Amino acid sequence: MSSSVTNNTVTKIFIPRDTTALAMGADRLAREIAAEAAKRGETIEIIRNGSRGLFWLEPLVEVETAGGRIAYGPVESNDIDSLFDQAFLSGETSHPLCQGLTEEIPYLKKQQRLTFARAGITDPVSLEDYQQLDGFNGLKKALQMDSQSIVDEVKASGLRGRGGAAFPTGIKWQTVLDATPTRDNQKYIVCNADEGDSGTFADRMVMEADPYMLIEGMTIAGLAVGADQGYIYLRSEYPVAHQILNEAIAKAEAAGFLGNNILNSGKTFNLEVRLGAKAYICGEETSLLESLEGKRGMVRAKPPLPAIVGLFGQPTIVNNVLSLAAIPYILSRGGQAYADFGMGRSLGTLPFQLAGNIKRGGLIELAFGVTLRELLEEYGGGTFSGRPMRAVQVGGPLCAYLPESQWDTPMDYESFQAVGAALGHGGIVVFDDTVDMSEQARFSMEFCVAESCGKCTPCRIGSTRGVEVIDRIRNDENRAANMELLSDLCETMIDGSLCAMGGMTPFPVQSAVKHFPEDFNQPAPYNHGEA
Amino acid sequence: MTAVNEQMLPLVREVISGLQHKPGALLPILHEIQNRLGYIPPESVPLIAEALNQSRADIHGVISFYHQFRSTAPGKHTIEVCRAEACQSMGARQLEAHAKATLGVDYHGTTSDQNITLEEVYCLGNCACSPSVRINDEIVGRVTPEKFDQLVDELRSQTLEVH
Repeated sequence: MSSSVTNNTVTKIFIPRDTTALAMGADRLAREIAAEAAKRGETIEIIRNGSRGLFWLEPLVEVETAGGRIAYGPVESNDIDSLFDQAFLSGETSHPLCQGLTEEIPYLKKQQRLTFARAGITDPVSLEDYQQLDGFNGLKKALQMDSQSIVDEVKASGLRGRGGAAFPTGIKWQTVLDATPTRDNQKYIVCNADEGDSGTFADRMVMEADPYMLIEGMTIAGLAVGADQGYIYLRSEYPVAHQILNEAIAKAEAAGFLGNNILNSGKTFNLEVRLGAKAYICGEETSLLESLEGKRGMVRAKPPLPAIVGLFGQPTIVNNVLSLAAIPYILSRGGQAYADFGMGRSLGTLPFQLAGNIKRGGLIELAFGVTLRELLEEYGGGTFSGRPMRAVQVGGPLCAYLPESQWDTPMDYESFQAVGAALGHGGIVVFDDTVDMSEQARFSMEFCVAESCGKCTPCRIGSTRGVEVIDRIRNDENRAANMELLSDLCETMIDGSLCAMGGMTPFPVQSAVKHFPEDFNQPAPYNHGEA
Repeated sequence: MTAVNEQMLPLVREVISGLQHKPGALLPILHEIQNRLGYIPPESVPLIAEALNQSRADIHGVISFYHQFRSTAPGKHTIEVCRAEACQSMGARQLEAHAKATLGVDYHGTTSDQNITLEEVYCLGNCACSPSVRINDEIVGRVTPEKFDQLVDELRSQTLEVH
């Protein structure tokens, strides 16, 4: 790569302000690079972009060159001197941390990024950046359409709720459009940003890398069903997303993309971020609505559906971040363009999130149908520890652990259901062979003890009994009888719980028992690898 | 203790009157009180109840439901250790044992010098660079026991500088 940059031109450097980049030291790095540049008389402009989602390379520093952005990562403080010495500001590629052109990194290049098309490219709170890359085109189209046509476009896309339940988004919107409010003609749009499943960070990345896409999606939803108020219910475990969303909302309001006269259309949509307070159950939509109303996050019985009797008793769309984030693309390019991705009844793309004990963790947006093994091996590159992979939990703490025999399952809703698993929110957590699956099963029950809302007995009490029974099994007390008891208890929780918390907590437990029986036949503590 | 809490009530009243008009105002009010004071003094419960026209039991019920809200003062810094699956796969169980042993407290406990409160958390969304901890509002990834000790040392020396 030849140098086209001299000392007196401004070189643009990109250092993400995403949670993972910050967690790996991006703030300090940005300060140190600025100081080093000043010391050497180099003129640089540091842009705090979103993350590309190549998290194993964070902090990923990119340098803008005539040929494109060149990536270096993971960069640590003690690499700064050598980066400057080896002329990284002119895109010199000889440094060992150089990954070449960012867009050519295979992990990124092989993806089909629709929802994450802008992630990491832009400054997340720059309205100019957003609009330069197709931003607000969906909203502009929606403003020219009537409500029913917007809903029809969403139906045509085949989009299914990305929160985990995979309910068709267009049908939900139609229900809210058709519902009659009982008070002040008020309907609501609620974004479920309580992304509590371990191994998932796609919602967080949308909010931190491309918040205007979510704002645009919610505004379109408001136009589609006649709702003028939206709430983003954000988990308080995401302080960076909170900061970025608030910055973005303030700027969008000031520029007329939100508020009482959106782009001079006379239409109104206001948006507010509300924080949760460390309660996993509030990711369940009715519990979330209770929490937004200022109550304990107790699950409501359904029916009535939130679409008809939702927030403050009024018709309400409750959609996951990723569902709402898919909307601007669908309106801008048309529902059919979105439906052209995917397979069977799983249309569009799903952002998979590769996490846990994995060498190359990150966000991988692909059409449905890729196999789990492709993700684990081709993208993930094996475990972080270098040991053999043993169990993979897909879909969060309420979903099954998959043994290697199931890793060739295509990643779509129906194929996963067929093997007794679920895609959930697309999170994939990898464990190596040191994992003790009876300990993981115990944790599933323990988590339910901590996070059950307490409304129904199978969940509230069943989980406590579940911990006790698994402890007895692990201590080799009356093992056969306790295994049977555990099996009965799981059935009772599945059949007798009001919501997915109690109803699905047994899935990881049952899968652990079924696929890893050896871990329940040895006295605890049992270690698979060497000690 | 009660006398200390009484001194905080003007601030609590100010927070309530600034937010009580919002629909579903209770969580925003509780967050703001805890942001400003570090906890929600029990003496603020009747004030909130009166402003929102709810019972004290309702307010207490909400405070006790959510893991985040606390009724006693925390230490100067709060360290939350992630206990969820992605972090488990990368050694979170050893990390939490190390944290408890090093700080000499269990979860929800505060070190004897009132410097650090230890809490558990289920997922910080940093699952590709596990295990993670949150220190006040900052999230840190790939936390080994050695790195944990280093982070604690930094907090302790910060506190010394302040004094």
